[in-house]
Amino acid sequence: MSNIAKAFENGKAFIPFITCGDPDIATTEECIVEMVNAGASLVELGIPFSDPTAEGPVIQEANIRALSAGTTTDTVFELVKRLRNDRGIKVPMVFMTYANVVYSYGADRFCQNAKDAGMDGIILPDVPYEEKEEFTSVMKNYDLDLVSLIAPTSEDRIAKIASEADGFIYVVSSLGVTGVRNAITTDIPTLCSKIKASSKIPCAIGFGISKPEQAKEMSKHADGVIVGSAIIKIIAQYGKEAPKYVGEYVKSMVDAIR
Amino acid sequence: MADKNGRFGVHGGQYIPETLMNAVIELEEAYNHYKNDPEFNRELTELYDEYAGRPSRLYYAEKMTKDLGGAKIYLKREDLNHTGSHKINNVLGQALLAKKMGKTRLIAETGAGQHGVATATAAALLGMECVVFMGEEDTKRQALNVYRMRLLGSEVIPVKSGTATLKDAVSEAMREWTSRIDDTHYCLGSVMGPHPFPTIVRDFQAVISRESKAQMLEKEGRLPDYVLACCGGGSNAIGSFYHYIEDKDVKLIGVEAAGRGIDTWETAATINTGRLGIFHGMKSYFCQDEFGQIAPVYSISAGLDYPGIGPEHANLHDTGRAQYVAITDDEAVNAFEYLSRTEGIIPAIESAHAVAYAMKLAPTLPKDQIMVITVSGRGDKDCAAIARYRGENINE
Repeated sequence: MSNIAKAFENGKAFIPFITCGDPDIATTEECIVEMVNAGASLVELGIPFSDPTAEGPVIQEANIRALSAGTTTDTVFELVKRLRNDRGIKVPMVFMTYANVVYSYGADRFCQNAKDAGMDGIILPDVPYEEKEEFTSVMKNYDLDLVSLIAPTSEDRIAKIASEADGFIYVVSSLGVTGVRNAITTDIPTLCSKIKASSKIPCAIGFGISKPEQAKEMSKHADGVIVGSAIIKIIAQYGKEAPKYVGEYVKSMVDAIR
Repeated sequence: MADKNGRFGVHGGQYIPETLMNAVIELEEAYNHYKNDPEFNRELTELYDEYAGRPSRLYYAEKMTKDLGGAKIYLKREDLNHTGSHKINNVLGQALLAKKMGKTRLIAETGAGQHGVATATAAALLGMECVVFMGEEDTKRQALNVYRMRLLGSEVIPVKSGTATLKDAVSEAMREWTSRIDDTHYCLGSVMGPHPFPTIVRDFQAVISRESKAQMLEKEGRLPDYVLACCGGGSNAIGSFYHYIEDKDVKLIGVEAAGRGIDTWETAATINTGRLGIFHGMKSYFCQDEFGQIAPVYSISAGLDYPGIGPEHANLHDTGRAQYVAITDDEAVNAFEYLSRTEGIIPAIESAHAVAYAMKLAPTLPKDQIMVITVSGRGDKDCAAIARYRGENINE
């Protein structure tokens, strides 16, 4: 069992996402400390990519800001080391990035550096079941979990994806890309129960969740909720002053689901 | 040929969000069914012949041949197709397939606007809804094509993200497809993206070399020594090469856009300057930095202004079966003017890249050698931009 399981041991998990280096790496570091202090169970660290095809406008813009600020894969590894060694961050952390960021760096070198820095897993939205072996064959040597995604369109694919999943399963709530949504129209209870029938590992729901009431509703059907765009919006609004506001927001979401 | 997992050597694959996986599986199943269906093929051939004006001519460019003084030059005239480029070959195939699959809406990306215009045309003909994503930068470079698409009843959405060019239009079309799959087919315009697109688009474009081979045998009684085509994503190039791949004596040359030069950052020559990566659903060569960030590529040609290349080309490069060279903006503009004056044929600025390389290569070859250059499109759309390049401001 990987460290990721620990995120789901104390009730429903709240999983915030942050784009590393937006607006700068120091602000990201403070935001993560605030999020963990506010009760985040697991943190998703986005390594920025020039062309994030699974993201809506809010996170696309965060990627541009982060890259413009000079963020690289190496500066993100350094950030993780500081969080683990100097800031006492103990909760599991996973990267969220695109296949080319890992592949171009060299999957083996990437995984070794990720493990050495203190990461627990990786989410690659452009690596489906059919292509995962190329990455998992390397990641398993470093005890890193590749988090599998299941979408409203997965249907007959759910059982095979879920039965081979590691860490947690990322349940994509809606069609389309990441971003705040007023309403989630997918039949989440049915989707989650199909997944649960094939796998014992925890499920967390993401895409479109921004408000405490939505988080509360979603958490009834799953083991955790993932929030990205709503946090990135706060960072876009407050810039370097964002950590305090991000902490307050995460606290409100954690309180809603526990 | 791709293996069953859509691989050409190490290239290809299906690097896409889970949300799209069942859609591409459904597409592959439908394609595998219809590609052998006599009725589908009869309808497609009728559209090619009666609507698009196929077969396209294989024209002996006598003046150009004499002027360059070397190899005998033939032009495969895809510019004479309805809508003015090779893009219609693929679009008619995909639109017909989408219709058979019960889809009512087509979405597409476009660079120069040629694929967008072709898709808008097929949508009008087959009574389908159509939305085209086009980089905002390209909507300015190719304003006339934006108007043509609207005239044909399509919606054109300018894409402002990233470099606001072709790669961003592809990203945005993929995002749109992720949000609306049920009634929508993504009519991808080049031999790129996730499997099965590189194979489907290749098969529909292979009509170019199927015809040129028969035409060459009829005119010359033998196969050509060289086949040249410009290469961005690589759809007209793979179509021009495909039926010659097994004929090892036929040299295949893809001509990439060097932009301001392959030793500058302002280039789009993927094979010449890129390295192996994963992007837009496929493993292939991409222009990128040391951390895998996709490079903001540049070419005067909006249609070649793409940081990647189709996986089958990447494999033809790896195996040495095809050669990939690069031509600068300056050389392409010279060739654009040269072909216009010499043969009275105004080529698309994309196609002018292939003409430019032929102008270098042909004079070095003996007169008994034969070369086929694919003129992938006509250049009317480029006249205003080339005039500007030469310092002349004209209204479109």
